[in-house]
Amino acid sequence: MSFDVPDDLRYLESHEWVRVSGDTAEVGITAFAQDELGDVVFVELPEEGAELTAGEDFGVVESIKAVSDVYAPVSGTVTAVNDRLRDEPELLNEDPFGDGWMLEVEIADESDELLSPAAYRDQIE
Amino acid sequence: MTLRAPPLSAVHQRADASFTDFGGWEMPVEFESIRTEHEAVRSEAGKFDVSHMGQITVAGPDAATLTQRLTTNDVTVLDPGEAQYGAITDEDGIMLDDTVVYRLPEGAADEFLFIPNAGHDGEMTERWLSERDERGLDATVTNRTEEYAMIAVQGPDAPDLLAAETAVSLADLSRFEVADGAVAGVDSLIAQTGYTGERGFEILCPPDEAEAVWGALECQPCGLGARDTLRLEMGFLLSGQEFHPVDEPRTPYEAGIGWTVKLDTEFVGRDALEGIAADGPEEKLIGIELIDRGVPRHGYDVTTPDGEPIGHITSGTMSPTLGAPIALAYVPAAYAQPDESVRVVVRGEPKKARTRSTPFLDR
Repeated sequence: MSFDVPDDLRYLESHEWVRVSGDTAEVGITAFAQDELGDVVFVELPEEGAELTAGEDFGVVESIKAVSDVYAPVSGTVTAVNDRLRDEPELLNEDPFGDGWMLEVEIADESDELLSPAAYRDQIE
Repeated sequence: MTLRAPPLSAVHQRADASFTDFGGWEMPVEFESIRTEHEAVRSEAGKFDVSHMGQITVAGPDAATLTQRLTTNDVTVLDPGEAQYGAITDEDGIMLDDTVVYRLPEGAADEFLFIPNAGHDGEMTERWLSERDERGLDATVTNRTEEYAMIAVQGPDAPDLLAAETAVSLADLSRFEVADGAVAGVDSLIAQTGYTGERGFEILCPPDEAEAVWGALECQPCGLGARDTLRLEMGFLLSGQEFHPVDEPRTPYEAGIGWTVKLDTEFVGRDALEGIAADGPEEKLIGIELIDRGVPRHGYDVTTPDGEPIGHITSGTMSPTLGAPIALAYVPAAYAQPDESVRVVVRGEPKKARTRSTPFLDR
């Protein structure tokens, strides 16, 4: 099976994506990650104003069968949280790069480990 | 260790299933998605490859005596073509396994067939053989796990699906009854048993013909993931989670299946269980539903509202049917009644929960 890996994003080996525009970043998990997890039933995210550290876990995604930590692709301050995931965690399965976004972050620093779309594609293939 | 593979392994691979190690078997865990498969079984029908379950036959003049000695239920009440659920206990009354014992239909070469859990077939065959030899009984015990594929078809549409493929009158087959008959032209044993709470059947057939049976039952293929969520909604026990001789040593009374213990029969563990039956067990298995958000998982602590530890979760999930987080847990008998306020500790956070009776669903 081949998974969507949008060209305008960068990735962590642990299957998070980041969409950088100026000094803000949108963060989520990849199509590959949601498929590995299966039906997502619960998402635990930090609150607005929380500080993220690149490479450290910031939340938890639970599917029916598994619990998985989610890691920060950037350091910075959380400026928005996707509240829809509270009642519609299945958005992570349905639209991981769109409606299933998790956080918006004001970037202080990026992870050194960010992968290009090509490098991430190689990893999951 | 090499994993045992079910006879339909290649078929499942072609269907793009994902696999997991379960009881030493490489079994399909998910075909479509756990939720899709779960919902298919509750509303229409689904089929499961459960060939990892063991099959052991017992024949000869002392077959009934031997099987009676090693299971908690009373096998002497079974007529040919009838089956019963029971536990296999040690001298202390601790559950080693749970099983369905079938008294095979008239004309079968063997009198009894029982189904130990995945990976237990070798150990249970040994147990039957050593008890036989110790008691000088005349019985033949054969591990036939490799001689059978086992396919479950479960759900409200299961009777119609199976009826289209067999001449056996399913209307005359009651729950926990078993009949001989062809399914899709393959000689099989058809039992009205299952692990989902829905109407359904389990079909035992030769492994090299299993694909014909599997293919003929046209419904959603389901993996062990959905099998687990379905059984958990019914509060059914899973070997290794709700009981395990080392990690979770429990009597049938603690596990909530005291009804399978017939103290008026002679079996290994009977005397210990008689003592426990008189006083009642100190701890019991109870259903739990989380009120706060979160998903209860195996091993999580259960506490009082004040934070005093009282037990632990054995199995938990987000119930696809109820849309609520549910679990089974062992707690002191005083808490083992519905509507007690408790907490489940999820990643260090106490989450509000209440005890519930099982099954979680009316079926």
